[in-house]
Amino acid sequence: MKDTKPSQTAAPVISASDLNLTFETADGPVHALKDVTLDIAKGEFVSFIGPSGCGKTTFLRVIADLETPTAGTISVNGMTPEAARKARAYGYVFQAAGLYPWRTIAGNVKLPLEIMGYSGAEQQARVEKVLELVELSGFERKFPWQLSGGMQQRASIARALAFDADILLMDEPFGALDEIVRDRLNEQLLELWARTEKTIGFVTHSIPEAVYLSTKIVVMSPRPGRITDIIDSPLPRERPLDIRDSPEFIEIAHRVREGLRAGHLDD
Amino acid sequence: MRNLGPVLTVVAALIALWYLAVVPMNAQWAQDQARRAGQDLSFTALVTDTMSQARPRLPAPHQVAAELWNSTVVEEMTGRRGVMTTGSLSNRSLIYHGWVTLSATLLGFAIGSALGIALAIGIVHNRAMDASVMPWAIASQTIPILAIAPMIIVVLNAVGITGLIPKAIISTYLSFFPVVVGMVKGLRAPDAMQLDLMKTYSANGAEVFAKLRWPSAMPYLFASLKVAIAAALVGAIVAELPTGAVAGLGARLLSGSYYGQTVQIWSALFAAAILAASMVALIGLIQRVTLRRMGMAT
Repeated sequence: MKDTKPSQTAAPVISASDLNLTFETADGPVHALKDVTLDIAKGEFVSFIGPSGCGKTTFLRVIADLETPTAGTISVNGMTPEAARKARAYGYVFQAAGLYPWRTIAGNVKLPLEIMGYSGAEQQARVEKVLELVELSGFERKFPWQLSGGMQQRASIARALAFDADILLMDEPFGALDEIVRDRLNEQLLELWARTEKTIGFVTHSIPEAVYLSTKIVVMSPRPGRITDIIDSPLPRERPLDIRDSPEFIEIAHRVREGLRAGHLDD
Repeated sequence: MRNLGPVLTVVAALIALWYLAVVPMNAQWAQDQARRAGQDLSFTALVTDTMSQARPRLPAPHQVAAELWNSTVVEEMTGRRGVMTTGSLSNRSLIYHGWVTLSATLLGFAIGSALGIALAIGIVHNRAMDASVMPWAIASQTIPILAIAPMIIVVLNAVGITGLIPKAIISTYLSFFPVVVGMVKGLRAPDAMQLDLMKTYSANGAEVFAKLRWPSAMPYLFASLKVAIAAALVGAIVAELPTGAVAGLGARLLSGSYYGQTVQIWSALFAAAILAASMVALIGLIQRVTLRRMGMAT
């Protein structure tokens, strides 16, 4: 079931092999990741899908150096995750927007730029650029509470895009939003991906979302958290919303669903 | 000022209760006086007398109000030693005594707040301090301030430190604690996600503090400063008692009780309460302005 032949010839941006992570808890060890092997090529849009506890968020956090694997190797941009984090190789979008309530939208987007020591003029230019990218121009001076949930999440995506990381890691960024807002944001995310050519790792619960967005879908299952299927999507990069009614789309969605079900049968 | 009505109602009810209590509290003395003079006291005469005794057991509200007025505005404006006559505050006025107490309070509050914030920063950032400081801070507050205040005054006096500093230290002693407790809570207010976000930027400790922990702690800071300034005032007043201090609201309370001047005691009490309320209100105002500028007050 492991994807051993990378789809592109270039060296992978993210490469994990036989990755294991066990959390020691009061109830005994929890196997969050077991023998996870995966290569992600530059410019790919990879979705991680699976039920709660399948390790999809944990894997994203390992890439981001927010968790440390207990065994196996992983490289990000050819470095250890820690070195990649220190080199500011990725932007991370969390489940909640997590904007600072005491900063305006522009101030929030500036936060990473201030920490990374960009000049004032450069900060200003970048804030304008990324807010335009997420269609929030004109909201610079608003405070987060003045924006809707979807707009807040877009602002947090802008914050992750503000510095030049070529990897974007997104942990169920639209999980808390309603279906209609979600569709719109998914469309915008694809546009943004096409314009910026970033490599995106995307954790989700939703099969249609995963199939609609991804060039590669990683199906995971829990106890222990592991990869059960890796699907390279045959869908074109250009994807109107109604592609979701096409036979190809439905076929991939079906395969994802089968993969999820197979994972559960193992229990 | 939506809540002005209810507040005034409560104040009116309290004053009414107070007046009701004045009659039975002071009746004994009025009747004794009348008996010695061989007079018979009518009810109206009794009530009038209980409201206007020079040394009542419980002074009537208007007596306290009049004393407050006389010992502030009247004393300073027209008094022989008042500021209008001599150019310096009269040592008989509550403005003078209030200022003596206030200066110690403010110095103690400033030191206490700075100490409290510093300790909280240490506790949040240093594991050894986290494990060791808080129990001591709590223990320090279990010692009755009345017991430790004279010791501090005596010890400092022995090394030649007198006047403002010992009082300020006792104020500090009471006011650092709420700030430590509030700020530890405030500096730990950011959740795991916000801290993870800072980690993804590989922000260092100072940046996490300046950009995340400190702003997050602001509402907690103001809440604890309000408690701290009231505690600082109590500390300063208590510090004035054991020294037989000649100045300050504490000294007024003490001399009032020596000479049975209940009206003086009550007016000093009210002066202290007004002082505390004004300072708490001032901090509340600074809080509102600050949080509004931070976009956190809606």
